[in-house]
Amino acid sequence: MSTVLAAEAGSTTARNLTITLFLIFVAITLAITVWASRQTKTATDFYAGGRSFSGFQNGMAIGGDYMSAASFLGIAGLIALYGYDGFLYSIGFLVAWLVALLLVAELLRNSGRYTMADVLAFRMRQRPVRTAASVSTITVSIFYLLAQMVGAGALVALLLGIKPGTTFLGMDADTAKVATIILVGALMIIYVTVGGMKGTTYVQIVKAFLLMSGAIVMTLLVLAHYKFNLSTLLGDAANASGKGDNFLEPGLRYGVESGDALKTFYSKMDLLSLGIALVLGTAGLPHILIRFYTVPTAKAARKSVLWAIGIIGTFYLLTLALGFGAAALVGSQAITAQDKAGNTAAPQLAEALGIKFLGGDLGGATLLAIIAAVAFATILAVVAGLTLASSSSLAHDFYANVIKDGQASERQEVNVARISALVIGAISIVLSIFAQSLNVAFLVALAFAVAASGNLPAILYSLFWRRFNTSGAVWAIYGGLLAAVVLVFFSPVVSGAPTAMFPDHDWHWFPLSNPGIISIPFGFLCGWIGTLVSREHDEEKYAELEVRSLTGAGAH
Amino acid sequence: MSTDTPASAPAESAAERYLAVQRSDEFAGLRRALRGFVFPMTVAFFLWYALYVILSAYARGFMGTKLFGNINVALVFGLLQFVSTFVIAWLYARFADRRIDPVADRIRAELGEVTHEHGPRG
Repeated sequence: MSTVLAAEAGSTTARNLTITLFLIFVAITLAITVWASRQTKTATDFYAGGRSFSGFQNGMAIGGDYMSAASFLGIAGLIALYGYDGFLYSIGFLVAWLVALLLVAELLRNSGRYTMADVLAFRMRQRPVRTAASVSTITVSIFYLLAQMVGAGALVALLLGIKPGTTFLGMDADTAKVATIILVGALMIIYVTVGGMKGTTYVQIVKAFLLMSGAIVMTLLVLAHYKFNLSTLLGDAANASGKGDNFLEPGLRYGVESGDALKTFYSKMDLLSLGIALVLGTAGLPHILIRFYTVPTAKAARKSVLWAIGIIGTFYLLTLALGFGAAALVGSQAITAQDKAGNTAAPQLAEALGIKFLGGDLGGATLLAIIAAVAFATILAVVAGLTLASSSSLAHDFYANVIKDGQASERQEVNVARISALVIGAISIVLSIFAQSLNVAFLVALAFAVAASGNLPAILYSLFWRRFNTSGAVWAIYGGLLAAVVLVFFSPVVSGAPTAMFPDHDWHWFPLSNPGIISIPFGFLCGWIGTLVSREHDEEKYAELEVRSLTGAGAH
Repeated sequence: MSTDTPASAPAESAAERYLAVQRSDEFAGLRRALRGFVFPMTVAFFLWYALYVILSAYARGFMGTKLFGNINVALVFGLLQFVSTFVIAWLYARFADRRIDPVADRIRAELGEVTHEHGPRG
């Protein structure tokens, strides 16, 4: 049953096809980017795509921004290797959208302009709040960016089938990794500096379409193989996993029960902690929040979240079939032989399905190539969104409102945003090259934890708590950010475990991998205490914020 | 979209108008309606999700109970989280269309001529 990825026969065909398809994607997106740059004249065009997107378009773009390689390859891989627990991850990622829909999207769209800080600083002193928001935006985005770029580097060798000892275009596997990181970084810089939000949005829409199409085709093939009987698929996956019914139940990956009572306790706490961070993190991710500014009204923002929930929810249901399908049709041995973390499960499944349904090795190579190209498109769209979010915040919050005290011209601001994208992109490339041999997959979870612990409390207090003030906002952001980062630094994902970032060192004292269960309440508490220690209160600005956020009066 | 141009000699300042609207019964009703829906709904879906995560951690026997074929409680419970997310999103959209948008539109129209002195840029 098992297939070897890019088996020698189909290897060259698959590799050439992957590269061709990927180059077509790059050519199309670059053409869109150049077209978008001609439409980008004002700051609103650059930061918010001229607020001209429809609810459906933005819903697709949100899907393209949100469904990272971590969700496509990562969740499919988790399900393929650990069964049910991968599904648990996707449920958290989906339910999270209700926080955005009910509490954040429309109010933010009505009262903000370009960045998350526009809302946070609305009724506060500009400098301290915008500085804090900028620090947090850049931190979250860079963590997320590093995980994606290092992931892209690791994937290329696997997807192109470059094995140790073999070369591709004269590059060995390690050189190919570095080349991929530089290529991905260069492309994202071009998308953002040239195309701004408009270009980035179209890249994300195209990617979402490709990803959904690929996932739907694969799911249909998997289900067709099992005559559309989910129970047979699950049974086959459980048998092939060698873990029997446990494979279909929670507990193989998260909240693992062991003989040691304390270990079991921490492991279950870790599961709860992860669950909370997943559900509360999304509505605090800056690259997601700025997407709400690309539509003309709050009603359109609502529609975009509804579309996003539909698209993302459907996608996660499909990953269920992909993950269990890979477990059944590829098998965990063949998957871990390619990648221990299971990231190649989905491409390997594509190859297996192609061999079965599309006529032998050539069919396998073709479907593999398509899915591999989709995976790269996925990574590109996400990193572009992250680069845009951090450079927008650096230019609009830090440069224009902190350094220039609100006196910068639109033109200067957009120029600074473009330069920022270049600098942030360059820094990410360098950091990713240094980090590529380290296990940095935890950075995505850390980005969610920081967003949930620092940004979300500040956003919710800003919108709903009359008494909230500058001191509270600054305390919430720095308090939540520091708590999450410090706890993770002293956790087993950074040191003191075989899978840690630094496996040979041990300075850990915090027992959980996910800080959320401590850092999120801590962030909310900081915001509350910080507010109470200051007497500052601007009733007039609060009235303006409340009326504008609820009614859309004076919206940009 | 932007209304940055100052109107000629407004009778009262923008800040006063916003304060007046904020203190009006109509606005208070809008705020009450919105919070009356989103706050309880947020608590409800969060508890429902927390129940799911807690059962996944501490009630493995129950979650592993097979219902039909290889479909167990854990899978059905997980799929119900999808269903509840879709249903809540749909309920909210219907609620906002009927109860929020008309009132918000009316208040915005009443505020229509107000001057917006954008203090901070943004």
